[in-house]
Amino acid sequence: MAVQVEFLESIPYFSGLSLDALDSVRELIFERTSERDELIVLEGESAEALYFVISGAVKMFKTSVEGKEQILSIVRPGESFNDISVFDGGPNPASVQAMGPAVLYGIRRNDLEVILRDHPQVALNVIQVLSQKMRHLMSLVEDLSFRHVTGRIAKILLGHAGNGTGPQPRLTQQEMAAMAGTVREVVGRSLKALEEEGAIRLDRHRIVITDKKALKNMVEAYS
Amino acid sequence: MVEMPVVDQEKCNGCGLCINVCHCNALVLVNNVITVIETEECEWCTQCEAVCPTGAISCPFEIVIEEH
Repeated sequence: MAVQVEFLESIPYFSGLSLDALDSVRELIFERTSERDELIVLEGESAEALYFVISGAVKMFKTSVEGKEQILSIVRPGESFNDISVFDGGPNPASVQAMGPAVLYGIRRNDLEVILRDHPQVALNVIQVLSQKMRHLMSLVEDLSFRHVTGRIAKILLGHAGNGTGPQPRLTQQEMAAMAGTVREVVGRSLKALEEEGAIRLDRHRIVITDKKALKNMVEAYS
Repeated sequence: MVEMPVVDQEKCNGCGLCINVCHCNALVLVNNVITVIETEECEWCTQCEAVCPTGAISCPFEIVIEEH
């Protein structure tokens, strides 16, 4: 499918550009499709292009040496990824994987330079986009480095656990995040950490507390 | 009855991102609003909740203590 100017208009990078300008940008864009679970970008590799999600969603994540995954962000239609490595020329700082079938628009690094020179408005838009991303990542850094979120999640689970009879209290990961003063991405990791410790078991839509004492110890250790 | 993700139809904007990421085809768009089809294949991956830009889908967890 040919690259559509209408889609470009909805991308914050190209906000405020005239139709003529969008048309000239369009010529430098290529389309790429990805299957579900396809790795689009590999951490550590050199960056070939900047991408925009046109349809579907992708996740940007880092993997630890033990194989633990930390999602940094979910990229939705109109949003970009791989900006950092394309702009600084360094390796990809994180991997990106399609969460379902996805259509992407890409711009090669050299072509991006042409666009930035020809359309200074794009540079202003890029600053805004990168600032928003930095704000999100800084909040994630704070949560991962300074806050003992796992202990707080343990406390929330203990405080909301039912006894197995009657209607059970229910919480989404988003709600747990709001209660713990963190973001959803960190809650997912904390639940996995608690499961690895043997304190809980994720059983489809149930969080089963298998070791109440271990969970209590975690609350105390981190408070 | 199989427990399934919950859709707040007031909040759903019909963007379809959840359908895109769902592994078990449990979500369909009816009259521009997401409808959930019960299926045992839903593993509660919560990806539909994670991608929803309007917070219309929730995958609530029941929290229970295992008695030994």
